[in-house]
Amino acid sequence: MLSYVLKRMLLILPVALGVSVVCFLLVHLSPGDPLTAILPTDASAETQAEMRKLYGFDQPLPVQFVLWLGRVLTGDLGISIATGRPVAAEVGRAVVNSVILAAAATLIGFFFGSLFGFVAGYFRNSWIDKLASFLAVIGVSVPHYWLGMVLVIIFSVQFNLLPATGGGPNGSSDTRSLDWEYLRFLILPAVTMSVIPMGIIARTLRALVAEILSQEFVQGLTAKGLLDRGVFAHVVKNAAPTAFAVMGLQLGYLLGGSILIETVFAWPGTGFLLNTAIFQRDLPLLQGTILVLAMFFVVLNLVVDVAQAAVDPRVKRS
Amino acid sequence: MLLLGSTVLASAGGTLRVGMTASDIPLTTGQTDNGGEGMRFLGYTAYDSLIEWDLTASDKPSTIIPGLATSWTVDATDKTKWTFKLRPGVKFHDGSAFNADTVVWNFEKLLNKDAAQFDPRQSAQGRSRIPAVASYKVIDPLTVEIVTKTPDATLPYQLAWIMMSSPANWEKQGKSWDNYAKSPSGTGPWKIVSFVPREKAEMVPNPDYWDKTRVPKLDKLVVVPLPEPSARVAALRSGQVDWIENPAPDTVPSLKSAGFKIVTNAYPHNWTWHLSRVEGSPWNDVRVRKAANLAVDREGMKELLSGLMIPAEGFMPPGHQWFGKPTFKLKYDPEAAKKLLAEAGFSPSKPLETKILISPSGSGHMLPLPMNEFVQQNLAEVGIKVSFEVVEWNTLINIWRAGAKHESSKGATGMNYTYFIQDPFTGFMRHLQCNLAPPAGTNWGYYCDPAMDKLFDEVRTTFDPAAQQKTLEKIHEKYVDEALFLMVTHDVNARAMSAKVKGFVQAQNWFQNFSSITMD
Repeated sequence: MLSYVLKRMLLILPVALGVSVVCFLLVHLSPGDPLTAILPTDASAETQAEMRKLYGFDQPLPVQFVLWLGRVLTGDLGISIATGRPVAAEVGRAVVNSVILAAAATLIGFFFGSLFGFVAGYFRNSWIDKLASFLAVIGVSVPHYWLGMVLVIIFSVQFNLLPATGGGPNGSSDTRSLDWEYLRFLILPAVTMSVIPMGIIARTLRALVAEILSQEFVQGLTAKGLLDRGVFAHVVKNAAPTAFAVMGLQLGYLLGGSILIETVFAWPGTGFLLNTAIFQRDLPLLQGTILVLAMFFVVLNLVVDVAQAAVDPRVKRS
Repeated sequence: MLLLGSTVLASAGGTLRVGMTASDIPLTTGQTDNGGEGMRFLGYTAYDSLIEWDLTASDKPSTIIPGLATSWTVDATDKTKWTFKLRPGVKFHDGSAFNADTVVWNFEKLLNKDAAQFDPRQSAQGRSRIPAVASYKVIDPLTVEIVTKTPDATLPYQLAWIMMSSPANWEKQGKSWDNYAKSPSGTGPWKIVSFVPREKAEMVPNPDYWDKTRVPKLDKLVVVPLPEPSARVAALRSGQVDWIENPAPDTVPSLKSAGFKIVTNAYPHNWTWHLSRVEGSPWNDVRVRKAANLAVDREGMKELLSGLMIPAEGFMPPGHQWFGKPTFKLKYDPEAAKKLLAEAGFSPSKPLETKILISPSGSGHMLPLPMNEFVQQNLAEVGIKVSFEVVEWNTLINIWRAGAKHESSKGATGMNYTYFIQDPFTGFMRHLQCNLAPPAGTNWGYYCDPAMDKLFDEVRTTFDPAAQQKTLEKIHEKYVDEALFLMVTHDVNARAMSAKVKGFVQAQNWFQNFSSITMD
């Protein structure tokens, strides 16, 4: 097990290097000048050249990459062009907000997803199955920004029950706490976001539970007189590794934040930050945010693989 | 007792929360970024300039008035030498005094790379605003001398851009502009008291403000960046903010029916097609330019925009002090347009074909795609067949800087661009002065007419405001009579606000005064 974990960890290094190259190059290949968005439109050529030098954009691309990578390795993601603040701090604050949102969406999505998936799998082809499957399909296929806007129209605009945008009263996410004043800002984006994992988990678990229930060992257990509760435990145990994998990936997506959902709700997370960075052509911020998100995926994949291997020894052998 | 009275008065107005279109809090160090909106919300609120815009009236275009300078004169024998008398007794929010030393220190902040307080970020925003300034020095504690590179009577307009930050606060913050940004200090009517990056900035009144008529009546002014238009409307409708900038025209009827106020006014803004005058451009023929201007159904476009526009009658909005008396009328007359085009050799059956650069979004661009398609259809009806080259906004800015001859313009003969036209330079000169063709400036279309250049020189060398005004009128008349642009419309600076917001007077300016506002 230990050698498996070490091997997996070593594999991270080339992946991380590849990710950083892609992050850097993709952002630089995109059209538009990073300084255009922040300078007055008729800024002189001299001013533009000075700013270019200030941010190191006058250097050849390979030199820029090496300098950037060197700084990244020391934890310095550079300075945001638009705000002049360290990117690491900007991304750090956004990650915290996205984690809060992802955790809330995960709790809601996993609870209802598992519930729908198990119920539908257990009672396949019944009306409960059909209803649960319908909800799951809706969850996967509805445009989430649209759902977000509908929820805003109903709960914010029509009934004025919940705030429409922001991460807290007048912003102020720095002093986030668990009281209602803050939690109420979380509800609409978290519910909107939760329909994604809910639908996917429900669909996956339904198929899995249905397949397990049709297997011979379940019939054998039932024939041996094991109670339903006991059979259920076996089903859960057999479904768990796959469920873990799906949940892990979904958590990765959620932690990455959703540009659309966070933008619709002006939730100050990584998705919102990405949108802002793209809009402002803020290259250091864009690179920093993408890199952090990509590394999230890499690390989460590792955690999921290790967790799967711990639960199911066959994974290790393969 | 007086102090107590003023405090009570100052705290009777409640909190105004504003949803901006900016995606972040503009720079809080003095010279802001984020264009006109940055200056509106975090420039002229917390800071002052030597010369300011009169933002107290809504029924006439704004003019410049004394700010931190009470008066200014130009030397009778050497027209490059200006003397500015400063306002006595003005204090920064940190308690330090404003004087001639602080003025020079602030110019050094923007113009002298060797100065300890030089700030590249503020310099990038401010330096291009004061191209005339060559040098500056202290004469006495309340007198400053500024020398311009050449005689330039537009200097007062340029200085209205330059915000005065506190040298004492910069020292106190460890000579760091990053620290200064967190604890800013200006002399303005508002003090910035807290600031969460990308989320909000809070301001409270400065009860000691030198202009007692502009001591704010509110308790607090909060600005929140909400770049997404639907999020702004939702925030207003759900009561999270009391005021939003730039509501989308299609949301206006429902906002009105829900009891929100839509406040609009003319302001120096222009939505045009900037026409190329390089060799081979069809716009070199004045008949074609006039025909295009006569072909646009501006009233029809107004319906498209739920009324949120002022149909262009010239390059400046109707009623502007520089409008003059042009003889060419920008009416909708497709028959006259067809006639002019026929004289130029074109007709709907044998159309003139050309390409225009447009962008799907952009600062001040209103609703560029449907508006451009509307103009395209209008022009097609008279015999001008337009195809569009659609590029992203930042790319469009770069093409604008590069000029119509540059390969990035892809042979287009026009560009849809919106203009801030608040002073003689931004309004007129930068677009059409011969020596400001790229790369020296932003005369994108390479227009060059010695007669126009002579008028521009006259503006710069006419120090009598009334005589200068006459020249500016002549320039505008030439803009219209020779149909130098396709002049389509002016934005109306729409903002939607809750019925609780009282006392706002929308100046005909990019900047606004928030001191008169109260909340019910």
